Amino acid sequence: MASNTLDPEAVEQPERRDFLYIATGTLGAVGAAMAVWPLIDQMNPSKDVLALSSTEVDLSPIEEGQSVTVVWRGKPVFIRRRTQAEIDEARDVNMADLPDPEEDAARAVKPEWLVLVGICTHLGCIPLGESGDFGGWFCPCHGSHYDTSGRIRIGPAPDNLVVPDYAFLDDTNIRIG
Amino acid sequence: MSGSTFETDNKLVNWFEKRLPIISLMHGAVVVYPTPKNLSWWWTFGSLAGVALVIMMATGIILAMHYTPHVDYAFLSVEHIMRDVNYGWLIRYVHSNTGSLFFMVVYIHIFRGLYYGSYKDPRELLWIIGLLIYVLMMATGFLGYVLPWGQMSFWAVTVITNLFSAVPIVGDAIVSWLWGGYAVGNPTLNRFFSLHYLLPFVIFAAVILHLWALHTSKSSNPLGVEVKTPQDTIPFHPYFTAKDLVGLAVFLIVLFFFVFFAPNYMGHPDNYITANPMVTPAHIVPEWYYLPFYAILRAIPDKLGGVIAMFGAIVILFLVPWLDTSKVRSSRFRPIYKQFFWILVLDCFVLGWVGANAPEGHFILIGRLATAYYFLHFLVILPIVGMIEKPLPLPESISQPVLKGEQE
Repeated sequence: MASNTLDPEAVEQPERRDFLYIATGTLGAVGAAMAVWPLIDQMNPSKDVLALSSTEVDLSPIEEGQSVTVVWRGKPVFIRRRTQAEIDEARDVNMADLPDPEEDAARAVKPEWLVLVGICTHLGCIPLGESGDFGGWFCPCHGSHYDTSGRIRIGPAPDNLVVPDYAFLDDTNIRIG
Repeated sequence: MSGSTFETDNKLVNWFEKRLPIISLMHGAVVVYPTPKNLSWWWTFGSLAGVALVIMMATGIILAMHYTPHVDYAFLSVEHIMRDVNYGWLIRYVHSNTGSLFFMVVYIHIFRGLYYGSYKDPRELLWIIGLLIYVLMMATGFLGYVLPWGQMSFWAVTVITNLFSAVPIVGDAIVSWLWGGYAVGNPTLNRFFSLHYLLPFVIFAAVILHLWALHTSKSSNPLGVEVKTPQDTIPFHPYFTAKDLVGLAVFLIVLFFFVFFAPNYMGHPDNYITANPMVTPAHIVPEWYYLPFYAILRAIPDKLGGVIAMFGAIVILFLVPWLDTSKVRSSRFRPIYKQFFWILVLDCFVLGWVGANAPEGHFILIGRLATAYYFLHFLVILPIVGMIEKPLPLPESISQPVLKGEQE
């Protein structure tokens, strides 16, 4: 080792040592991150929660102009059998008036049936049905008004009420999720 | 610590001291600690906050012995505490009301720091650690408010956790991670209980750092003039232990007035309705100590903007030592800033009042003006007043104004 100190190329030695430090440090950091990940990921939805991800609903008892609220993934889902007047109102809207423009036809598989996640897109309260300035929903927490298609019209909410993925299994049954 | 060596003839104490000098440490910290002799009653609130923390931890540990953190049992177990557990009602009411008063004490403590410039060189870290304690307190208070699983509990978690959904791109993933599901539910309650139990111990550790920083930079005082000679100080014990005990007696009178005569005054009746994820109460409000921040959140007509403004209102306090350009600490000698200080206090009350009311009509405008003023105070008024103001002449030392009075 003593000879190394006299070696003119001794300057190479610290660089090798640096490489080893950096390599060890990087490996250590990656290992630590991998060890921490389970401690973080355990807070994500567990398998039994994920298993509850779809809900089937029988629509036959719902009359025209009536709404029901069903639970899907622990959240309320509004199912409304809309009247012709409501459908017309929802379809006869100037897109430029909407903060989050979306055609009503894109929000309802069948015009008669409107299916919405009943959670205000502002901070998660449950809006009240058949109220507000646009005949749709009104959120009592911070004053967001939604129309008969569940689209945001006035208030702090940034987006329309979410339409969940759903499919008609037959004429009167849907599966949400 | 001037001449504060600890000596004793007690052999047992000396045996202990040689191995772990904790007795001399405590002796230095709470007996001979040289305290400026002109501290006013406003300096009592620090030790009161410490007592409040101890009351919270003691009653909280007891409540945890009877509480069940499960969505089906949480509300009922709180009722069980109130009705069946011996003195359960007393312990729970002391816990909930001390929580409220703890915030009141800490707010007075913070505003005292703002008025007397206690955050200035060399006490910036002391101030920052104090603010960290305040942030931890807000987190702990919020987590604890969720545990009774009433309607206000449930909708408080929903609204506050949804604040994170404003984060671009990863917002929804963060919220789902916080909840442990697609909505607020049992996993949420369980982890909130775990964290509510943990955070007070973190606060306790932060308090030790706060005291360490205090005893390094020493207490500030109402004149804002640094201690120059030992004559400017008196030992902490018995002078300030006695004074703080008087403050504590007043605090306990106020606390037990609420506990015995108005235990739910600072709460909300809707929290005696079991949490219902399908119905939001008509008017949801946070606990009073969050109201000014709630008003700031709602003042900005944009979801992300509101969240940024709300967190910004807290972050800005961390920058105060550098935003204040005045070399004079105490507002007693700052004729212009003193007035702005009281306007800020008023502004915070206005924000609290707006936060307690539904965001309709003139409350929207008042909320926006008060929010704008809050930021104006820290970002514009504080730096500019420090530069243009001509402070009153400072006394040479803490003792000088008093001694001069005696000579005349």
